Amino acid sequence: MTKIKSLFISLLLTLGVSTAIAGSHGSTHDLVKERGKLMCGSNTGLAGFGAPNDAGVWEGIDVDVCRAVAAAVFGDASKVEYVPTTSKVRFTVLQSGEIDMLSRNTTWTLSRDVDLGLEFVGVNYYDGQGFMVSKDLGVSSAMELDGASVCIQVGTTTEMNLADFFKANGMSYESVPVETNSEADAAYTAGRCDVYTTDASGLYASRAGYPDPSAHVVLPEIVSKEPLGPAVRHGDSEWADIVRWSLNAMIIGEELGITSGNVDEMKSSNNPEVLRLLGVDAGYGAMLGLSDDWAYNILSQVGNYSESFEKHIGPNTPINIQRGLNALYKDGGILYAPPFR
Amino acid sequence: MTTFSNQSLMRNKYYNWIIKNLFSSWVNSLMTVVAIIFIYEVGTFFLNWAIFGADFRTNFQGEIISDRTLCSKNIMPGEYGACWAIIYARWDQFMYGFYPIEQVWRVNFVYALLPLAIIGILFDKLPYRKYFIYFTFIYPFLAYFMLYGGPGLSVVGTNKWGGLLVTLFLGVTGIGLAFPLSIILALGRRSKMPIVKSLCVVFIEFIRGVPLITLLFTANVMLPLFLPDGVNPDNLLRALVAVTLFQSAYMAEAIRGGLQAIPRGQIEAAQSLGLNYWQTTRKIILPQALKIAIPPIVNTCIGLFKDTSLVLIIGLFDLLGIGRAALADMTWTKLYYEVYVFISLVFFIFCFGMSRYSLYLEKKLKTDNS
Repeated sequence: MTKIKSLFISLLLTLGVSTAIAGSHGSTHDLVKERGKLMCGSNTGLAGFGAPNDAGVWEGIDVDVCRAVAAAVFGDASKVEYVPTTSKVRFTVLQSGEIDMLSRNTTWTLSRDVDLGLEFVGVNYYDGQGFMVSKDLGVSSAMELDGASVCIQVGTTTEMNLADFFKANGMSYESVPVETNSEADAAYTAGRCDVYTTDASGLYASRAGYPDPSAHVVLPEIVSKEPLGPAVRHGDSEWADIVRWSLNAMIIGEELGITSGNVDEMKSSNNPEVLRLLGVDAGYGAMLGLSDDWAYNILSQVGNYSESFEKHIGPNTPINIQRGLNALYKDGGILYAPPFR
Repeated sequence: MTTFSNQSLMRNKYYNWIIKNLFSSWVNSLMTVVAIIFIYEVGTFFLNWAIFGADFRTNFQGEIISDRTLCSKNIMPGEYGACWAIIYARWDQFMYGFYPIEQVWRVNFVYALLPLAIIGILFDKLPYRKYFIYFTFIYPFLAYFMLYGGPGLSVVGTNKWGGLLVTLFLGVTGIGLAFPLSIILALGRRSKMPIVKSLCVVFIEFIRGVPLITLLFTANVMLPLFLPDGVNPDNLLRALVAVTLFQSAYMAEAIRGGLQAIPRGQIEAAQSLGLNYWQTTRKIILPQALKIAIPPIVNTCIGLFKDTSLVLIIGLFDLLGIGRAALADMTWTKLYYEVYVFISLVFFIFCFGMSRYSLYLEKKLKTDNS
């Protein structure tokens, strides 16, 4: 009996190992080129980050990262196939090779980066837990929230961050426990608590749906680190480089003031970094195994980071998020891409 | 004179019925009054919300609603009801998912032929029934060819399918494939051959022992890990396999219930007439067993049809998934009630239809030996 069992287990193991080896062989870049389209893991629907519009076209800042990679690889930002993933299946779908990259508001953490065999290639949105209160409360800082009632999801990191924050600042709060985020939203709207707390981007998205969004304020304090970024599989550095630099190209594009509108004029700029980025000075695309105009394609078809941000989640959209942490390092944020040289 | 007495008789009849059933005692009278008030209140509230105070395509100012901020209820809070414009705006997605709009006629064609394909199975008194049954067998191949494409038609991958198309695809195909499979399983489970029997028992008990969600996860997540790189069986197909296996196990148990209700004498009588096993099963046992099993079979079918919405968890956009994606769009966010009421209505139409059909079948097949 035990013999049969061990035979069975070793069979399973061999199968697993051999598929793992098979998995590490083919280069993702070649696979993508051969297929003719990029398989990109997206959210099943999150306003501003990745959701289909009325015409069924995917839009959002996470979606723009996929489009940027497609523009870099194919010269055509539309050659993307979106695979909607839920938070439960997103990592396995990536590991199994069903998608080439995951761009789906996923927090970069040590265990995901190391233990799950993923490789986060950068951050396209710095999120963090924030607080929203009604304007009538007259509160302008989270430090004034002593004694407030807070709607929190039980058993989440949100709850722990909240407890830590209040304890560290010597304040007390009354908790109104709820089960899901949408329930928290509903409880806050119904006035069952003074404060609604979740990731700041979520607060903004909720607020946008209220009948009178201006009656609520998101307080400036952010009490946790939630860097969201695209991820690829471990073990294919060439592909990781392509995705990383596609995102970086958008950020550098903003830094250099290159937009989808002026990208053609910028080709005759005399700034050497602009010329390198747009492929006028040849050679940089080849290093990535791409054509020299790869970054030009990204900037002309998708636009720079700021364009993407403003179009999907910026102050002129219903979501109305200020750049904040997501501003360039020289504008007071922490968005910083390594130099293009 | 006669008409008068007839009328008064009639009036008496209704009057008596009302007195007897609604006002027989003061408790009963009180409950009747409360119930009437309740139904009236809820009914008027719902009708006002869903129809009389609702926006369909245009708001109260006559503008076409292209955005939730244009809904009357968002312009004048508290005054107006539902804003059905979201359903209009997303109609194509609800019906076809992300199917290319210029190819949508193919889906419509398949939808239109669906009644023709099932009518032959549903009604045995149909004229030219034979041809309808032939069509039923051709239909799945035709539908697959039309939906997926092939020679002469452009290929539309299943990842573009969505909404009602996915719900119906999983529901109808799942039930259709599970039915023959479940008969085999049910017969196998009652077989005297030990290997066949134990295989069937293990299969049924294993599938019934795990939730559908686990099967879906296994099909969606585990399967690709064991297959070589680049070999990714279609996502929808994987879900269909999981749904079919699940449904067949449950239906097999429903049919086994029917089989066990057949008195042993029936089998013995058939055998004494010289019928072999297959003849006995096909001509004597199954017709009676299936008749008894109609209510539980339909029950599992209705259950499965609704369970298909679980595929949302593995990232397939069925009707519910499309609805949630619509709500995630900033243009339409917070119109929860409209979307969920609409989805419920669609599910209700199909499930209620199945339920009524099973009642009709039961009545028709009733030979009254009870």
